[in-house]
Amino acid sequence: MEESKNNNKVKKSMSIHARRAVAYIVLILVTFFCLFWFYVLFINATRSNGELQKGFSWVPSTHLIENFKNLSAGTLPIWSGLKNSVIVSGLSAILSVYFSAMTAYAIHAYDFKLKKFAYPFILMIMMIPTQVTALGFVKLIKNISLDDSLIPLICTTIAAPVTFFYMKQYMDSSLPMSLVEAARMDGCGELKTFNRIVMPIMKPALAVQGIFTFVSSWNNYFVPALVLQSDDKKTLPILLAQLRSADWLKFDMGQVYMMIAFSIFPVIVVYLFLSRYIVQGVALGSVKE
Amino acid sequence: MKTKRRGKVVRYNKWGYIFLIPFTAAFVIFQLIPLITTIYNSFFENYMSGLNQIGPTFVGLDNYKSLFSSGDIWTYAKNTMIMWIMCFIPQIVLSLLLGSWFSDVQLRLRGSRFFKAVIYLPNLIMASAFAMLFFTLFSDNGPINSLLMQIGFIDEPYKFLSHTWSARGLIAFMNCLMWFGNTTILLMAGMMGIDTSLFEAAQVDGANSRQVFWRITMPLLRPILVYVMITSLIGGLQLFDVPQILTNGTGAPMRSTMTLIMYLNKHLYSKNYGMAGALSVVLFIISAVLSLIVFRMVGSESRGEAKKWKKAKTTTK
Amino acid sequence: MRKAQTMKRVLAGLAAATLAVTGLAGCSDDDSSSSSTTDGDSEVTEEGKVLNIYCWNEEFKSRLTDHYADYEEVDSTTGTIGDVTVVWNITPSDDNAYQDNLDATLLEQADADDDDKIDIFLVEADYALKYVDTDYTMSVSDLGLTDDELSEQYQYTKDVMTDSDGVLKGVSWQACPGVLFYNREVAKEVLGTDDPEEVQAYVSDWDTFNETAATLKEAGYTITSTVNDTYRVYSNNVTSKWVEDGEINIDDNIVAWVEDSKALVDAGYTGTSDLWSDDWSAGFYPEGNVFCYFGPAWLVNFSMAADTEGSIGYEGNWGACEGPQGFYWGGTWICAAAGTDNETLVADIMRTLTCDADVMTEIVEADDDFVNNQSAMEALAESDYSSDILGGQNPLSMYCANAGSIDLSNTSIYDQGCTEEFQAAMKNYFEGNATYEEALDLFYTAIQEKYPELTVPEE
Repeated sequence: MEESKNNNKVKKSMSIHARRAVAYIVLILVTFFCLFWFYVLFINATRSNGELQKGFSWVPSTHLIENFKNLSAGTLPIWSGLKNSVIVSGLSAILSVYFSAMTAYAIHAYDFKLKKFAYPFILMIMMIPTQVTALGFVKLIKNISLDDSLIPLICTTIAAPVTFFYMKQYMDSSLPMSLVEAARMDGCGELKTFNRIVMPIMKPALAVQGIFTFVSSWNNYFVPALVLQSDDKKTLPILLAQLRSADWLKFDMGQVYMMIAFSIFPVIVVYLFLSRYIVQGVALGSVKE
Repeated sequence: MKTKRRGKVVRYNKWGYIFLIPFTAAFVIFQLIPLITTIYNSFFENYMSGLNQIGPTFVGLDNYKSLFSSGDIWTYAKNTMIMWIMCFIPQIVLSLLLGSWFSDVQLRLRGSRFFKAVIYLPNLIMASAFAMLFFTLFSDNGPINSLLMQIGFIDEPYKFLSHTWSARGLIAFMNCLMWFGNTTILLMAGMMGIDTSLFEAAQVDGANSRQVFWRITMPLLRPILVYVMITSLIGGLQLFDVPQILTNGTGAPMRSTMTLIMYLNKHLYSKNYGMAGALSVVLFIISAVLSLIVFRMVGSESRGEAKKWKKAKTTTK
Repeated sequence: MRKAQTMKRVLAGLAAATLAVTGLAGCSDDDSSSSSTTDGDSEVTEEGKVLNIYCWNEEFKSRLTDHYADYEEVDSTTGTIGDVTVVWNITPSDDNAYQDNLDATLLEQADADDDDKIDIFLVEADYALKYVDTDYTMSVSDLGLTDDELSEQYQYTKDVMTDSDGVLKGVSWQACPGVLFYNREVAKEVLGTDDPEEVQAYVSDWDTFNETAATLKEAGYTITSTVNDTYRVYSNNVTSKWVEDGEINIDDNIVAWVEDSKALVDAGYTGTSDLWSDDWSAGFYPEGNVFCYFGPAWLVNFSMAADTEGSIGYEGNWGACEGPQGFYWGGTWICAAAGTDNETLVADIMRTLTCDADVMTEIVEADDDFVNNQSAMEALAESDYSSDILGGQNPLSMYCANAGSIDLSNTSIYDQGCTEEFQAAMKNYFEGNATYEEALDLFYTAIQEKYPELTVPEE
C-alpha cells in the first residue's frame, strides 16, 4: 500500500516534470513564431529602399532614423492619422463593449416577448459578411451626409453581434442571476445594477473584447477607405496604402516598413496596458458566489 | 423552475427592451438597411460597365441560376472549408493546450504572464503588412529557400505560392498564427471565469490535471467553446484578407486558394450588386445551416452538462 | 545622399541643354507667365470659387505647387489660385478605391452643387478610356487648347486620351518611353561587347532576343528577371484591341508573348515572379545574374537601387539600347470633368503644365521627369547630357525614337482588367500548373466576373 502510493507520487512528479518540459518547449517555439515577425519588421524598417530590393537580410542596417525622418517630413499627415486612429479605435472599443454587454444582459437577464426572436436574429446578423453590406453602407451614409466623417465608423460598433455573442456566452458561464436578484432585493435600479454589479463581473470579457475591437478597428482598411476622403480625417491604414501607391519618385519601401512599425507601436502599448487585465485574472474572486 | 422565475422577474422585463434600444438603433441604421438592399438586389441584373449603369432589371432567380450553373461556387466553398480546417484544427488544439497549461495550478509555469502576453501579438500586425513580410521571407530567393537549400533539404528554390498545397498551407499557417492567440485569450478568459473553489475541491478529491481539465474545465467552458467554434466557423467562411493579399486576389495557383468572399469581391469590382447579392444570400444560408449544426452538436449538450455540474456543485456545498 | 548627388548632376545636364533649346521661349518668360495669370484671374472671378481635383497620389500636387506660379499651398489638402480654393481629393489606388470613389462622384456630378463638382481628375493609361470614352470628360479643344499648342506632345500620349470619335479628352506633362537596360559586365563577358549599338544587334527583334537568351543561360545568366518584364513591350505593339464588338479578343502579339515566354521559362532563361517583388528586383545587383530590364528613364534613375552601394546602377554598369520594340511605362494624364465651373482655370493649368515649354523645362530641371515635348527632348538628345548610371551614355535619342514609334490606337476601356487577369492566368501556364487552354479558360472566367457584359469567343 505504502509503496504503491509512493510510487504513484514519484510517477506523478515525474510526469509533471515531463509535462513541464514539453510545455516549455512548445511555449518557446510559439514565442519564436510570435515575435519573429516583429524582428523582420524591425530589420526592414532599418533598411533603405535600395537595400530592401536586394533581398532579405538578417542583420539591421543603418537607415532607421533616416526612414523615420523621411516619413515624418513627407506630405503624409501621420500624426493626425495617429490621432484619428486612436479616436476611432478607442471610441469603437468602448462603445462596442459597453453596448454589447448591455444587449447581452437584456437577453440574459430578462424574459420578454421578443426575446425568442431577438437572440437568434442577432446571431443571424453575425453571419453576414461585411464586404456585402459595405457598399450599401457607403451609399447610405452619403445620403445622410455622414461621409468623410469618423462618426459612422464609430457608431456602427454599437451593434456588434460578435461582441454581443461573446458577452452572452460569458454571462451564461459566469454571471449568476442570484447576484442580480440580490441587488434587486437591495433596491438597486436596473441600470445601476448593470453598471455597478454586472459590469465589474464582466471585466475580463470587457478587456478581451475591448482589445479585439480596438485592434480590428485599428487595422481596418476596407470600409474607412470608402468613407474617408480628406487627409485630416484619414486613419493610419489608409495613409499606409497611400504610401504604398506613391509615385515612382517617392516610392520608398523603407518608409513603408517604417510606417507599418509606426502604426503598430501604439497598439502594442494599448495591448500591453489592457493585457494586464487578461493576464492577471481580475475575474478571480469577484465571481465567487 | 422557469415559471417561478418569470413571476419574480416580470416587472423588470420592460428593461429588456430598454437595454436593446441602442443596439437595435445602430443595427437598423447601419446594417439592416444595407442588408435589405443586398437581398433585394439579388433579384436584379445590376452592374456597372465602365461608367455606365446596366439595369437594374428584375431577373427573378437568374443570378442564383448562373451562380450554381457554372459550379465554381462549390469549388470555392471547398477551398474555403479546406483552408479553414487546416487552420482551425491546429489553432484550437494549440489554444486548448496553452489554455490548460496556463490554468493548470500544478504545472506552475514560470513566465506564464510573458507567454500569455506574447501569443496575441501577431494579431496586432495588419494582414496586409503581415503578407508583405511573408512575401519577403518565402520568395524564390528569400531566406526560407536559402535556408532549406543550405541544409540540403532542396536543391533549387521551391515556389511556395505556385503549388496548391504549399500555398494553402501558408495561408492556413498565417491565419492560424494571427488568430490562435485570440482563441487562447478567449478560452483563458472563460477559464478564469470558472469558480476556483471547484478546482480546489477537485484537488482535494485527488483528481489529476487531466481529470480536472476534462471533467471541470471543459464542461464549464462549453459556452465559450461554442462561441469559439461558431465565430471561427463564420470567420473561416469569410476568410478573405490573407489569401486575397498573399495571392494578389488571383487565388493562385489555378484558383485553388480562392475563397467564397474572394469570389464575392470579384463581383464587387464591377459593382455587380445582383451577383454579389445572390452570393451573399447563399453564403448567409450556408453559415446559418453550419452554425445551427454546431449549436445542436455542442450547444444543447452544454446546457445539460452545465446543469449537471451546477447541481453537483450545490450538492457538494 | 549619393542618389541626390547623382540626380543633381543629371539635372544640371538636362537643365543646361533644355535651356539652350528653349532659349527663345525663355525670352518671353516674364510676360507669358504674367499674362496667363491676369488672364486666369479676370475670367476666374466669374467662375467657380472651388477647384476640386481628384487623384491617387501626391505627384500632380507637387507639380502644381512647384510649377504653377499662382498656386499657394494652404495645407496638405488645400491650396489657392488667386481667389479660388483648390481642394485635393486624394484616394489611394489600392483595391480600386480611387476609381470607385471617382466613379461614384462623377455619377452624381450633374446633381452636385457647383462647388462640389469635380473639376480635374487624373487617370492612368490602362483605364483612361473608361473615362475618355464617356461624356464625363471634356474635350480638350472645347477648353480652348488648339492642335497647334498640342503639336509638340508625343503622339502616343494623345492616342491614349482619344475617344472612339477621335476627340482628345486629356493631356499629360510627361512621357515615359522605355528602352532596354542591359548589364554591361554581363554583355562584355557573354557577348564580347558593351557597346549599345553592338548589343542592340543581339536584341533587335524577338527571335534574336530569344537566341541571345540561350547564350546567356549557358554562361549562367537569365535574360530578364521575369516574363512580365517583356509583357509591356509586346502589348504596346498589338494590332487589335482586347475587346472587339463586345467579344474578348487575344491579339497575335499577346499570343506571341505567351509562346515566347513559355519557351523562355521552360528552358530556364527567365523567371515568373511579379514585378516589384524581391525576386524581380534581385537583378538590380550583380549577384542577381540578370542580363536586362525594360523600362523608361524613371525606372533606371529612381527605382533600380542606383543609390545603394554594390548595385549595378551605383557602379554605372547599366547600358541602354532600343531593344526589340518601342513601348512606354507609366504616366499620368489630366482630364477636365464635364460640368466643371472652372473651365478657364482648368484650361490654364493644362496649358501651363503640358504646352508651355518654359514650365516644362522647369519640370525637367526640378523633377527629372521626361516631359511631353518633342523638340525639347530631342534637343537634349543632341546635347552632351550623360547618365552616370548608364556609364556615361546619353540614352535620350533612344527614348525619343521609341516614344515616336509607339502606336496606341488599339486601346479599349477593358485594358487594365484584361492585362491584370491575363498575366495572372498565364502565370499558371508558365509554371506548369495548367495547360494553355486551361489558363485561357481561367482568364475568360475572370474577365466575365469583372465585365459581365463581355462574351467569350467560341472555339
